[in-house]
Amino acid sequence: MSYQEHIEVVPGKAIKNKIMLYGLSTCVWCGKAKDFLDELGINYSHLTVDLLDGADADAAFEEVAKYNPDQSFPTIVINDGEKVIIGFNEEEIKKVAI
Amino acid sequence: MEKIEISQNETEDLFNKLTMQGQGHGYFLNYDEKIAKSLCEALLKNEKRYGHQVCPCRLSAGSREADLDVICPCDYRDPDLLQYGVCYCGLYVSKKIFTEKTPTKPIPERRPNKETRLLNKQKYMEEINQPKDINKLPYPVMRCSVCGYICARTDAPEVCPICGASHDRFQRFF
Repeated sequence: MSYQEHIEVVPGKAIKNKIMLYGLSTCVWCGKAKDFLDELGINYSHLTVDLLDGADADAAFEEVAKYNPDQSFPTIVINDGEKVIIGFNEEEIKKVAI
Repeated sequence: MEKIEISQNETEDLFNKLTMQGQGHGYFLNYDEKIAKSLCEALLKNEKRYGHQVCPCRLSAGSREADLDVICPCDYRDPDLLQYGVCYCGLYVSKKIFTEKTPTKPIPERRPNKETRLLNKQKYMEEINQPKDINKLPYPVMRCSVCGYICARTDAPEVCPICGASHDRFQRFF
């Protein structure tokens, strides 16, 4: 899947959990979630779905739907689906940032 | 996709326009101006990109027709304001939240998924031309007791957009 080439890795403190943030460039809550993860200083990955083109955007969107059938943003996937956080939920994000 | 820049002036203009428009109809923008203006900027970005102001927190399907329900203000704003006091992206808040400056939390997505939306549309096309039973309308019809304004919604608006009367001045008409 070529959309995966666009996933950005943010370097930080190594943690047990793998955190993947799917967001939109225009969504204020996605921005807040990203800022929050940056502040926590942990290692995580993110993908801004609306900045992808055509087929990549569709593929990424389908991927998000696998974890979040509402297809809403931000969608934060922990350990490839072990846990999914929908929306900017500070408490839940703090819990998995370990 | 190229980066789109929106000037501060354009953002201020939209923010002011929506604030004034809202005041006239009983709608309030988020009391946190920074958030409200970020969302206004995002709406303008989406307008440049897609041609219409798609909700900043939802992904455009690429066509106006498919995005119709989530063009700002979206179809889900009013029920969300009534239930949660804030709309999905956070641009609009209820009068109470605006006055009390209560912190808001993200809310669940009310928009049905694509398959359900298509099914709903099909159902609508089948039923719209059928003879109507006034006692079995899909929405109740509400009337403002102050000015007589009539609307068909699941619940009365928070504020009458015509005369400003409050939610509890509405009565079901049929």
